[in-house]
Amino acid sequence: MRDFAINKYLYLMMLPVIAYYVIFHYAPLYGTLLAFKDYSPAKGIAGSEWIGLANFKDFFTSFYFWRILKNTVIISLYTLIFEFPAPILLALLLNEVRSKYFKRVAQTVTYMPYFISLVVICGMIVSFTNADGVINNVFTYLGYDGQAMLQKAGLFRPIYVLSEIWQRIGWESIIYMAALTGIDQEQYEAARMDGASRFKMITHITVPGIMPTISIMFILRIGNMLNVGFEKIILLYNSLTYETADVIASFVYRKGLLEFNWSYSTAVGIFNSIVNLALLIIANRITRKISESSLW
Amino acid sequence: MDKNYGISEKSLDIFVYAVLSLLILVTLYPLLYVAFASVSEASKLVAHRGFLYTPLGFSLEAYKGVFKNPGILRGYQNTFFILIFGVTLNLFLTGLGAYVLSRKNVFWNKMFMIVIVLTMFFNGGLIPLYLVVKGVGLIDSLWSVIFPFAISTFNLIIMRTAFQSIPDSLEESAKIDGANHFTIFFRIIVPLSMPVIAVMILYYTVDKWNGWFYASIFLKDTKLYPLQLVLREILIANSTESMASAASNQDKFQIGETIKYATIMVATVPVLCVYPFVQKYFVKGAMVGSLKG
Repeated sequence: MRDFAINKYLYLMMLPVIAYYVIFHYAPLYGTLLAFKDYSPAKGIAGSEWIGLANFKDFFTSFYFWRILKNTVIISLYTLIFEFPAPILLALLLNEVRSKYFKRVAQTVTYMPYFISLVVICGMIVSFTNADGVINNVFTYLGYDGQAMLQKAGLFRPIYVLSEIWQRIGWESIIYMAALTGIDQEQYEAARMDGASRFKMITHITVPGIMPTISIMFILRIGNMLNVGFEKIILLYNSLTYETADVIASFVYRKGLLEFNWSYSTAVGIFNSIVNLALLIIANRITRKISESSLW
Repeated sequence: MDKNYGISEKSLDIFVYAVLSLLILVTLYPLLYVAFASVSEASKLVAHRGFLYTPLGFSLEAYKGVFKNPGILRGYQNTFFILIFGVTLNLFLTGLGAYVLSRKNVFWNKMFMIVIVLTMFFNGGLIPLYLVVKGVGLIDSLWSVIFPFAISTFNLIIMRTAFQSIPDSLEESAKIDGANHFTIFFRIIVPLSMPVIAVMILYYTVDKWNGWFYASIFLKDTKLYPLQLVLREILIANSTESMASAASNQDKFQIGETIKYATIMVATVPVLCVYPFVQKYFVKGAMVGSLKG
């Protein structure tokens, strides 16, 4: 009882936190029942009719299913292959710079785009890739035809990935820079004694030194594989590029909030969560096998 | 052998400096372009082809257009409202949760931790969240982008880890002096956790500053639009007309182009001015965040 007297404030403190999780995280789970119903706003969630898995069946057999699954996986893979290693390479390069001043300038400049909001970044992309934007101007000058690049399905993914690298490379390199400072300097001394070239030192000391950090970042990244930056996609895509740009999340958004197919959209959302979870579990298994570090 | 060694060293240096210089250029140039374009004369800019190395002429017409637009100022206002109340609530609730969950010997904490972490992997999705927000009557209120995002579970875990690293002995002695949990939290834990709190403020502020998506869903009244949503209208949906209302159609198109660039400047320059000062916290934050992984 004395324990309760001391701890009663603890219970009191937890109350708003519990309320928050119940209302905004667990209550929406009740809403997922929508996926199994033919929702009509007049009847509410409880009153609407059960239709079993019909929404899921519709989705799996629809023309969109493979398209958005494919796009989601491809865009995720592209970012994994091209955007993930970029900050590691940057950190390695910065590590070889001997002038403190130049290093500082390079870091400060490359971090900068991270501080620009997504909407502004996308606004810049739209302006620059316009038919009369600066990129096309340069292409025209070089003798190619100018074209509105964001209206070409084939160009969406390169634009997406390149702009991701542009915005995130500096910021994401911070973590690797931090890991680099943890490497024992004596190893370099010893290697120099043995006559190792700087390139040898990079491949034999520096890279292995930051490997644990790389693998942790890799796991975290894979865990989020399907959470591709759909906000950016929604800002940049249009009906001409759905073919290559539409992902599960943007599809959920369009069906649910623009076309008011609430039940259908919820079903697709559930599918997204399940695929995410499966990927997380698989990725964790794989990384545990190959690198001994894992999330759990 | 010795000679070769020297050459390969030198070529590595050249390579490193060349690549980094190129990267600096590529990162900086788009921003410079925007700055030049925003103060250029609209007609010259539209006629120009290729890179810009200086502003074309000099005109502040575009900036006048931006500041005449009530949307931008209102957007800043709404964003500040969201920042002030949102981040305060974020810190308060995240701190409380992290404190309670960092206590030892409280039997239900493990269970709560599981319940909370699960929400990182399972969520109802967009529509069910919308229905809940609607259900509690937040639609078309700025609180709709504050309350549903009052705690980021990821941040809660970071903060909890930081609280756990505070030595128990400090609290023990406070308890003997008769302090309750409120006192311990505000008098001992919070003052000792300023670095992680600073990082949290930063994380939450950046989140709130950048947010537009949920605002676009929960807010129908354009008067409530936060800055980023106003920017989306101008930059992506292309509605610069209202700002160039006095101009003729041809001029409207031309000045519309420069207005976009001026808008980017107005929305970005304040942030880039703050950034050198918070940079070190960001670096710290990146490391705090990584410890958890």
